[in-house]
Amino acid sequence: MGAAALGKDLIGLETLSPQQLRLILDTAERFKEVSERPIKKVPALRGKTIVNLFFEASTRTRISFEFAEKRLSADTVNVASSGSSVSKGETLVDTARNLEAMRIDMVVIRHQASGSAEFLGRRIRSNVVNAGDGKHEHPTQGLLDLLTLRDRFGKIEGLKVAICGDVLHSRVARSNIWGLKKLGAEVAVCGPASLLPRDIAALGVEVIPRIDEAIRWADALNVLRLQLERMTGGFIPSLREYNRVFGVTRERLDRAGKDIVIMHPGPMNRGVEIDSDVADGPHSVILPQVTNGVAVRMAVLYLLAGGNPDWQQHGGGE
Amino acid sequence: MTRPILIRGGRVIDPARRTDGIADVYLAEGRIASVGLNITGEDGCEVIDAKGKVVTPGLIDLHVHLREPGFEDLETVATGAMAAAAGGFTAVCAMPNTDPPLDNQGAIGFVISQAQKAGKARVYPIGTISVGQKGEKLSEFGELLGAGAIAVSDDGKPVMSSHLMRTALEYAKTFGCPVADHCEEITLAEGGAMHEGIVATRLGLKGIPAAAEEIHVARDIILSELTGGHIHLCHMSTRGSAELIRRAKDKGLRVTAEVTPHHFTLTHAACEGYNTNAKMNPPLREEADVEALREALKDGTIDVIATDHAPHHYDAKEREFDDAPNGILGLETAFGLAVTELVRPGIIALPDLLYRMSTRPAQVFGLPGGTLAVGGPADVAVLDPEAEWTVEPSRFFSKSRNTPFGGRRLLGRADLTIVRGRIVYDRAGD
Repeated sequence: MGAAALGKDLIGLETLSPQQLRLILDTAERFKEVSERPIKKVPALRGKTIVNLFFEASTRTRISFEFAEKRLSADTVNVASSGSSVSKGETLVDTARNLEAMRIDMVVIRHQASGSAEFLGRRIRSNVVNAGDGKHEHPTQGLLDLLTLRDRFGKIEGLKVAICGDVLHSRVARSNIWGLKKLGAEVAVCGPASLLPRDIAALGVEVIPRIDEAIRWADALNVLRLQLERMTGGFIPSLREYNRVFGVTRERLDRAGKDIVIMHPGPMNRGVEIDSDVADGPHSVILPQVTNGVAVRMAVLYLLAGGNPDWQQHGGGE
Repeated sequence: MTRPILIRGGRVIDPARRTDGIADVYLAEGRIASVGLNITGEDGCEVIDAKGKVVTPGLIDLHVHLREPGFEDLETVATGAMAAAAGGFTAVCAMPNTDPPLDNQGAIGFVISQAQKAGKARVYPIGTISVGQKGEKLSEFGELLGAGAIAVSDDGKPVMSSHLMRTALEYAKTFGCPVADHCEEITLAEGGAMHEGIVATRLGLKGIPAAAEEIHVARDIILSELTGGHIHLCHMSTRGSAELIRRAKDKGLRVTAEVTPHHFTLTHAACEGYNTNAKMNPPLREEADVEALREALKDGTIDVIATDHAPHHYDAKEREFDDAPNGILGLETAFGLAVTELVRPGIIALPDLLYRMSTRPAQVFGLPGGTLAVGGPADVAVLDPEAEWTVEPSRFFSKSRNTPFGGRRLLGRADLTIVRGRIVYDRAGD
C-alpha cells in the first residue's frame, strides 16, 4: 500500500478498482473525526506543497479541497483564473512546466476541458487530483456521494441509485456511474433524452424516461444541477417546463410514498431540478454530502502523498 | 533537358490500361517513351533496376493542405511537395483554406510558382467556392481556373447555403469543373470534438453524430441531381454516406467521393487518453463505418483514396483535446497504410489500389497522369509493396509531425518518384 495504493494521480473513478474505492472510503471514514476536533489539524502532509489550480469558477469544491489540505497541514497556494489558460495566452502545458519548476508536490486542478487533468498528470511528476474536468469526471464528488450513501445505508452493494437530470453535461454523473457500479449498486439515469449522452446504456446503466418512475425504482436519487450556463444549446424548452416534467418535488415524493434519499452535488437551482422543501426536507442528505467532501478529499490527498492507509493506528495520535 | 531514364525489370502495373507484368519503362523528354520487354535506352541514359519492385503511374492525391500562403510554420508548398514525392505521389491538389484563401488568380498563381520553384511533386491548386470561404458569394471560377486551379472547394468549411451550392454546381458546369464539398451540417456538429458514441460519452467530449455528415451528403447528391453538376464529396467517414453515394451512383449521378487512409484504418477508440493526434474532422468513426468504407472502396462506390494531409505544429496538438486543431499528416504514410490495411488482408488487390490512388484521381479531377500510356507524362513511382518499415515522424519531409501512426509497422513504401521525367525522390539517397 502507500504510494502505490492509488497510483500517482486521481483522474477519475473509471480506472479505480473496487478495492481502491473502498480504501479511500475507509480512509475518509477515519479522517471524518479530525473535522470534529476543536483543533482541526493533523500533521499528515506537513511540508507538502499543494497548488489548487482552478481554471473554472468553483466555490464549494475549492473550499472543500482547501480545508482538506489545511487540516492535513499542507502548504497551499490557490491559483484562480476566470478565463482559460488559453485566454491568458499560456497553454496548459506551459502552466504545468512552470509548476513543476517550482517543485510542488501536488496539483488539484479544475478545468473546463475534458481530459485536462489527465493531460497535466502525464506531463508532471507531481501528483494530480482532478477536481472536475469538463464533462468527464469529478472523482472526489463521486467518492463523497459514495461515502454519504454508505453512511446512510451501511453498504453500496445492491442499492438502486437514479442519477437524474442533465447527464449529458455532467462530470458528476460519470464519476457516480463508475463508482456505484464498481461497488455493486444498480444505477439508472433519468432525464430528457436530449440531456442523456449517446450510448449511455452501454456503461451498464438503465435509462428511465420519467422522473416518477425513477422515484418509484430508486433507493436514492442523485439530482444533478441543471447546468444553466450550458443551456444555450436549447436542450430543453424552458426551466419552468423542466421543473414540471423532471423536477424533484414534494408532490412527487409524497405520491411515491416511500423512504428515499435525495442527494445533490450543488449548487442547487431551487425550483428547477429540485424544490426547496425537498432540498431542505427529511429525505435530503445534501449537507452531509458537503461534510463528507472534506473527509474524502483528505483521504485522497493523504493516500496519493503515500500515506499509510492505516493512518489512525499509526499516525493519528500525533 | 534531363537524361532519359530506363526503369528495368519491374512489375509494371498500369491500372489505366489494366496491364500487369514484368517490363521495362523508358522515359524521355518528360514523357513515357516506351513500355515493353528488353528496351535499350540511348547511351548515357540513367538505368534503374526495379527488380522485385512495382512500377506504376505516380500516385495522385486530390486533397492536401499545404498551408502556404499564411501558415508557413506548418508546411510550405515546397515541403509538402517533397513529402508527397517521398510518399510516391507525383501530384497533389492543394486546398484553398490558406491565409489569404485561394480565392483570386494572384493566390492561385503564387501556389503554382512556389510549386515550380520546389520542383518536386506537381501541385494543383483548388480555388475557393466562395469569396474568402465565407459561404456568401461565389468566387470567380473562370478567373481561378484560368490561373491554373483545377477544382473549387471551401474545404475546412462546409457550404451551408443550399442556394450557394446549387449555384456553384450550375456555374461550374460552364467549365466542366468539379465542386468538392466538406460535408458537415454545422448546427449538428458545432462544438463537437470527436465522433458521437460510447467513447465520447466516456471521455465527456462533445460528439459529432454521423448524421451531421450524412445530411449534408444527401443534400449535395440531391443538388447534383437537380443541376447535373459534378459534386465531389471529400473525406467520407460513415457507413450511411457510403450507402447514399452507392444509391446516387446507381442512379447515374455525377457524384464522386474520397476516403482518407485514417478513416479506413482507425476508429474513435484512437481518441482514448485524449490523443489529439486522433482528432480530425470528420472524426474517426466506428468499426462498422470502417468496414463499410473499405467495402465502398472495393466496389467503387468511393472513387479515390485522398489523404487530407493536414499539417499542424506539435504544440498546437499538445493541448486540451477540445482546443487542439483537427487533422493529421497523410502523404508519407498513405501508401503504407493502404497496403497494410487493404492489400495485405486481401480486401483490394494491388492493381486496384493503384487505380484508386492514381488513375481514378486523375480521371475525377481531369488531371494528366494516372497512366503509363506512351506519350503520357513521365510521372512514375517505383514502389516496394513488400518493404516493412516503422513510421518515424521525426524523419518526415513534412514540416509537421502530427500523426497517430508514429511507431506503427507498415508494409509498402515508395522507393523512387519521378515527375516530368526527373527523379524527385530516391530512397537510396534519403
